Amino acid sequence: MSVNNTEMAVRYKNNFLKELEDQAEMGDWIKMCMQCGVCAGSCPTNFHSGWDHPPQEIFMMVRAGRREEVLTSNSMWMCTSCYNCYVRCPRKLPITHIMHGIANYAHRLGVAPKLQPTRNFGKIFWNNAAKTGRVNEVMLTVDLYFRNAEGKFDLIGGIKKALEMQSVAIGLVKAGRLNPLELFGGHKCKDQKGLQSMLKKARELEETRKALKAA
Amino acid sequence: MSATMAEKKHAAYICSGCELGARLDVATLVKTATKDGKMQLVREHAFLCSAEGVAMIQNDLDNEGVTHVAICACSRRAKTEAFNFPTTAISRGNLREGVIWVRPDTEEARETTQEMAEDYVRMACAEVKAMTVPSGNTNVGGSKTLLVVGGGISGMTSALEAAKAGYKVVLVEKTGALGGWAAQNYKRVPTREPFKDPEDTGVADMVSRIAADANITVYLNATVTKTAGAPGRFKADITVESGSTVTEDVGAIIQASGFTLYDANKLPHLGYGASPDVVDQAGLEALAKAANGASIKRPSDGKEVKSVVFVQCAGQRDPSGEHLEYCSGYCCNVSVKQAMYFKDANPDVETVVLYTDLRLPGNGEDFYRSAQNKGVIFSKGVVSTVAATGQGLTVNFKDLILNEDTQAQADLVVLATGSVPTSGPDLDALNAAVVASESKDAAIKAEADIQVEKLRAKSVLNLNYRQGPDIPHFKHGFNDSHFICFPYETRRTAIYAAGPVRRPMDMVQAREDATGAAMKAIQAVENAGLGKAAHPRAGDLSFPTARLEGCTQCKRCTVECPFGAIDEDEKRFPLFNESRCRRCGTCMGACPVRVISFENYSVNTVGAQVKAINVPDEFENKPRILILACENDAYPALDMAGMNRHDYSAFVRVIPVRCLGSVNTIWITDALNSGFDGIMLMGCKHGEQYQCHFVKGSELGRYRLSKVGDTLKGMGLEPERVLDTEVAITDIVTLPQRINDYAAQLEAMGPSPMKGF
Repeated sequence: MSVNNTEMAVRYKNNFLKELEDQAEMGDWIKMCMQCGVCAGSCPTNFHSGWDHPPQEIFMMVRAGRREEVLTSNSMWMCTSCYNCYVRCPRKLPITHIMHGIANYAHRLGVAPKLQPTRNFGKIFWNNAAKTGRVNEVMLTVDLYFRNAEGKFDLIGGIKKALEMQSVAIGLVKAGRLNPLELFGGHKCKDQKGLQSMLKKARELEETRKALKAA
Repeated sequence: MSATMAEKKHAAYICSGCELGARLDVATLVKTATKDGKMQLVREHAFLCSAEGVAMIQNDLDNEGVTHVAICACSRRAKTEAFNFPTTAISRGNLREGVIWVRPDTEEARETTQEMAEDYVRMACAEVKAMTVPSGNTNVGGSKTLLVVGGGISGMTSALEAAKAGYKVVLVEKTGALGGWAAQNYKRVPTREPFKDPEDTGVADMVSRIAADANITVYLNATVTKTAGAPGRFKADITVESGSTVTEDVGAIIQASGFTLYDANKLPHLGYGASPDVVDQAGLEALAKAANGASIKRPSDGKEVKSVVFVQCAGQRDPSGEHLEYCSGYCCNVSVKQAMYFKDANPDVETVVLYTDLRLPGNGEDFYRSAQNKGVIFSKGVVSTVAATGQGLTVNFKDLILNEDTQAQADLVVLATGSVPTSGPDLDALNAAVVASESKDAAIKAEADIQVEKLRAKSVLNLNYRQGPDIPHFKHGFNDSHFICFPYETRRTAIYAAGPVRRPMDMVQAREDATGAAMKAIQAVENAGLGKAAHPRAGDLSFPTARLEGCTQCKRCTVECPFGAIDEDEKRFPLFNESRCRRCGTCMGACPVRVISFENYSVNTVGAQVKAINVPDEFENKPRILILACENDAYPALDMAGMNRHDYSAFVRVIPVRCLGSVNTIWITDALNSGFDGIMLMGCKHGEQYQCHFVKGSELGRYRLSKVGDTLKGMGLEPERVLDTEVAITDIVTLPQRINDYAAQLEAMGPSPMKGF
């Protein structure tokens, strides 16, 4: 898999560490890692089986300029945000935030692993929530269940999964946490126009700031 | 002092305090001291260490003519201030820590506990009768001037500190200027908050303070060509470049002869020699000095350096033995500092430090963080080769985090080669060469002569000691020190190694070290002036003397003395230099004809105690085990076992010895002959991780006692009857167990066949 968005790499003259310092949230902390490995040792997710690279390795790869490998890695997406590494890091690196920062940057560049479950759910959730300012649980479930491993629409698979989960769904309905009628449009926040322009402005501000750094 | 002249009067004092009275039959002990101990005066007291008890003893000394005192109370390590009678011979019977505290308070144990106590009373009486009061060494000399060899950071610090304390200093530097390696640095690793930037070396300030100090005499371009004498009365010949020699009287010596960098020419695989752009750390300091804050230029073509790679552990921590085995400890901080030279001049310079483990003593972690903040890249990797390629250099290394072979390009490569001590010749090699040079084979002799000359040329102090011209080496060619407990001490009294000649260290550590060495040197000259021993028996007035008419000139004492205190006179008799002596007694233990003794510690003082112990016959089923315990570690451990009430066998009798090295085999033979069932020798750990206060004492003692097997064989005894055991001061719980195990083993073996003869 090649990085199709190499414009940034060119701009930073292949200095990937500098690129992340400017473009990823908390990226300016990466250089402070001292490779002790306490983060990896503290991670409750048992990264050996799931993670491509533990955090300190990611930081080392950043310094070694291995841009493509870092940005396409699943590591940042495996983080459960438990903050154990963040608390334990003897150098006080905000590791959890750095992970999210790099993940977000990879996502923006469009090179993050496409169907990585965390990224997939994150994307569905954000799109769902950003539409109206409220999460539509029914549509969220539909978007999540009715897709196969390749990300294609899958009616049979979706129905199967829905049936598997029906006792949970009934429980949620009874408790008033899930309204089936939301399938036909649900609740939303009052100022729809204001919400959208707010999101747009926020995105704009961030992009201007990062573009300035890259200049 | 007059004890030998005037009439002797022996007195024993038996304390019944600390439950001694309740646990023991004190009236019988008084009888034992009178009848068996043959004491002319015996007194009992309920609280002997109280002011009243001490006054009672003092009154007897003043008015009753008592000259020798056996105090039977607590351990000799307890209440030393109360029982301090400096002009009287004193022995101590250890009834408290050595008897009642290590025995159960039961009716059943009462009889054997009492027998134990009676023996300790007899032993204390016998010991004191064989003692005289030490009178102090009279061959003292009076020089309180310190000689400091080496004018680097360590030497200058020692000189300034000693001068500040009011002592005169002679400072000898072989080059034309003070400052050593530090003077060649552009800047130094920071010593002050916030530890973020390199700072001024401070050398100029020290040099000017030395120049202004009336207490310090400096010889530049000078070496020490001969050192004779002993603490308090050394005569040092200082020869300057022109060839003229001055003799200075000095009391103590601080050797601060420093280090050289490990020769990078031995590292051709790292590109040294192949390209002028591969430099060692001193090479980079020179470049930085030339640049003086501007961008650093590389040597080959004067191009501004845009990328630099620092190779840590170059020729260090090498397990193959080809290069240095050790870590020099300071080079990581230096590389951090040198990387900052580049970043501070131009933040765009790529600086990469390739390390396996960053070791940053002191406040180096803050400095390291500051370097990371400045953008210095630290990569964990092992460099295999550095090759010159076209315009620059290629550094091939294995990245240890990413586990792959990779490379980096650089304009300049800096090798952190570490330090090699300037510690004089290896005395073992020199002595071997000297022996070979006495060979009759002309070829061997010629080769050995060259070797001797080569090694002698490396000498720093040129001592005229029998055991060689310098301080012995310890590990990796560093001048030795008692690493665990007394880092400044060497095996030459009043000669202290300071700074990186002793172990690798940075400037902060060297200053601390040099200050400590100056304090120790001052203590040494003061003690020498009073005729007292230096560390570890500081203040001891006793010293060894030899009855030369009995001497067979076997040289064992002159060879074995761990401190080189004994030379040989023209007639090849041992010549004692009392103020070089540490009073360990290794010479006394070594002497096969037993002519060496101290006034208060001799073959007799211990031998008399062995003889004083009552050995029951084989039918009584009461074995006897003699323990000769090192007074520095084993004896305190036994005392502490008592304090913690860890019981041990009632059949042991403990005699403290100054060092296992002082144990004379005659004690062993005598004890076995008189029917002892077993002997335990308790000495400190020896070898590379030694814990012996006298460095080699326990090792020499063990070697000597390893030959005792023949004696046992000759007597028809099992080899297990003598047990050598290493004891550390912390073995408080395990030691009683070991004693009990040995007692059980002896019981299983049955009584010694020597009983009753």
